[in-house]
Amino acid sequence: MDFFMQLLIGGLSVGFVYGLSAMGFVMIFKSSSVLNFAHGELLALGGYFFLIFITIVKLPVILAFIFTLLACFITGILIERVFLRSLIGEKLIFVIMLTVGLAAMFKGLLLLIFGGNLYTYPDFLPAAMGIQLGVVQVPPVYVATFGIGIFFLVLFGLFFKFSSQGIYMRSVADNQRASLSLGVNVRRVFALSWAIAALVAGMSGVVLGIINGVNVHDLSALGLKVFPVIILGGLDSIGGAIVGGLIIGILETFTGGYISPSLRDVIPYIILVFILLVKPYGLFGLKEIERV
Amino acid sequence: MMKKFQLHPCGNYNESYNSELTIYSTDFGRIGVVVGILLLFLVPFLPISPYIIYVMNLTGIAAISVVGLNLLTGFTGQISLGHGAFFGVGAYAGAILATRLNLPIFITLPAAGLITAGVGMIFGVPSGRLKGLYLTIATLAGQFIIEYVLVHWEYMTKGTMGITLPMPKLGGFTLMGDVPFFYLIFPLLILMTWIAVNIIRTRFGRAWIAIRDNDRAAEGMGIPIFPYKVFAFAVSSFYAGFAGALWAYYMGSITTEPFNLSLSVEYLAMVIIGGMGSISGSIFGAVFITALNELLRLMTDTLMNSAIVTQLGLSLAPLREFFYGVAIVLFILFEPRGLAELWRIVRSNFRLWPFPY
Repeated sequence: MDFFMQLLIGGLSVGFVYGLSAMGFVMIFKSSSVLNFAHGELLALGGYFFLIFITIVKLPVILAFIFTLLACFITGILIERVFLRSLIGEKLIFVIMLTVGLAAMFKGLLLLIFGGNLYTYPDFLPAAMGIQLGVVQVPPVYVATFGIGIFFLVLFGLFFKFSSQGIYMRSVADNQRASLSLGVNVRRVFALSWAIAALVAGMSGVVLGIINGVNVHDLSALGLKVFPVIILGGLDSIGGAIVGGLIIGILETFTGGYISPSLRDVIPYIILVFILLVKPYGLFGLKEIERV
Repeated sequence: MMKKFQLHPCGNYNESYNSELTIYSTDFGRIGVVVGILLLFLVPFLPISPYIIYVMNLTGIAAISVVGLNLLTGFTGQISLGHGAFFGVGAYAGAILATRLNLPIFITLPAAGLITAGVGMIFGVPSGRLKGLYLTIATLAGQFIIEYVLVHWEYMTKGTMGITLPMPKLGGFTLMGDVPFFYLIFPLLILMTWIAVNIIRTRFGRAWIAIRDNDRAAEGMGIPIFPYKVFAFAVSSFYAGFAGALWAYYMGSITTEPFNLSLSVEYLAMVIIGGMGSISGSIFGAVFITALNELLRLMTDTLMNSAIVTQLGLSLAPLREFFYGVAIVLFILFEPRGLAELWRIVRSNFRLWPFPY
């Protein structure tokens, strides 16, 4: 039972991070229907920005976190401006391939700069943040993960519900042509959705970095795990991304704990193929799928 | 009666559908290809190092795989991120058939292709029913699942130990070394290219192109999309498996390592850089990326000797990855139709010289 609870808590918190990072992915997909294969590299970028700010620049933790988010936000805007804007209106296959190219480019660049080593952040979370849940000790990292995650979920929920930019973004997601004709600046929405996605990804990168340490290979592989998560949750549902993330996270830790540790990283993809077979629009996605 | 050779066309004189379908619009192109192939087969007689032959062989094998991927990505409009793993399935299928069942090479190569096509269908069938990029996601899953199976199904694949293949025998000869393989790989490349070029001219090829350009219209015209998509995927996997088995024979022994996601990305880079929807482009792409690879290797090798670089710990793999990425991005931004299009532009400039058009 002890072991079970341990796995459950671990799975929930890892799954929560998956869900958060998938949220960024869904945002890009919703507004511009682009599958972003460079998502893992955005995670890694966030992790490394934080590493630079906290170990080289030696900023206090909160400030370093804010600067990381800012840097990710700007990177997102730059990616959209430099690479994706000129492809608006092009065939989707080119845009997807562009993100594959960007992924290879960023990964290579990060590996050139930082190498394949594992970096860890200095221990800054107070031990008092840990919670005793019955017999299980929840480490401070997981508590912080939940805190940050829920904060951002609420923040984005409010943003999409009430702010004008959020409403524009939802309208573009709903119907690009109609919102264009009603005067929504679709280009700005694209830029903003990339910026927010990069920000969310960067944040997840930092959290994952606190849990496991920062490593280019690990983080870019984690970025690809958004695919099982979003297929499970439905490609275009932000809530679905969170639930999908939680399910995948729990499945992973339980497979790792009870069946075999090596199967752990493959089980999400097995689920993915299975979901595509039986319920291709996911648990919460719109049933707008065209069978051709 | 002697046929009148047509060398320089000026304008479009097609009078029937058949003349539109011809591969070479002029005899000039036909003669050029024949001469080119003859020259290619004379290359091993030149006084060049075996290293060049080795690189050419690798290019030839990659080109077979990329021609297949181009049938899927360039002609049917479906992206596969699993072709690195399918290449591996072919390599292992070939190796296992050759070591366990002692089958000769002319059976193992197509058999490996068929097995790979079967494995590919497991991932192609669920996504083939759906519109959009589900195939890309499913093949990504396939990449990871296949990698896992290759490492962990030790009974068949011997896991990380790898498999050592026997020397292939063809006729009375035992194939060994770079030059004999050169004369195996390039005729096979020509055969596979010939098949691909001709599939495109059949109703299968036309159906694929119709699906790529507008799937709803294609459906409306009575093309059953699902079977054609799956068939495209099967053919494409067959090419990957065939090339993989050939690679296994050439390398002599295989392990699970090379068949990872970056190999899949490498093949996609070859398709994009060569030119989507162009068979000759696939070969250009394979040549370009393999040459880029060797150039980078050379560069890092020379730089390695200087102290600064070793201090930085510069290594080849990330540099390679970075340049693939840059090449893909630049080609998509500036010449999405790839080297094939650049080649066409250069050629037509030469043909019309000194006139501007």
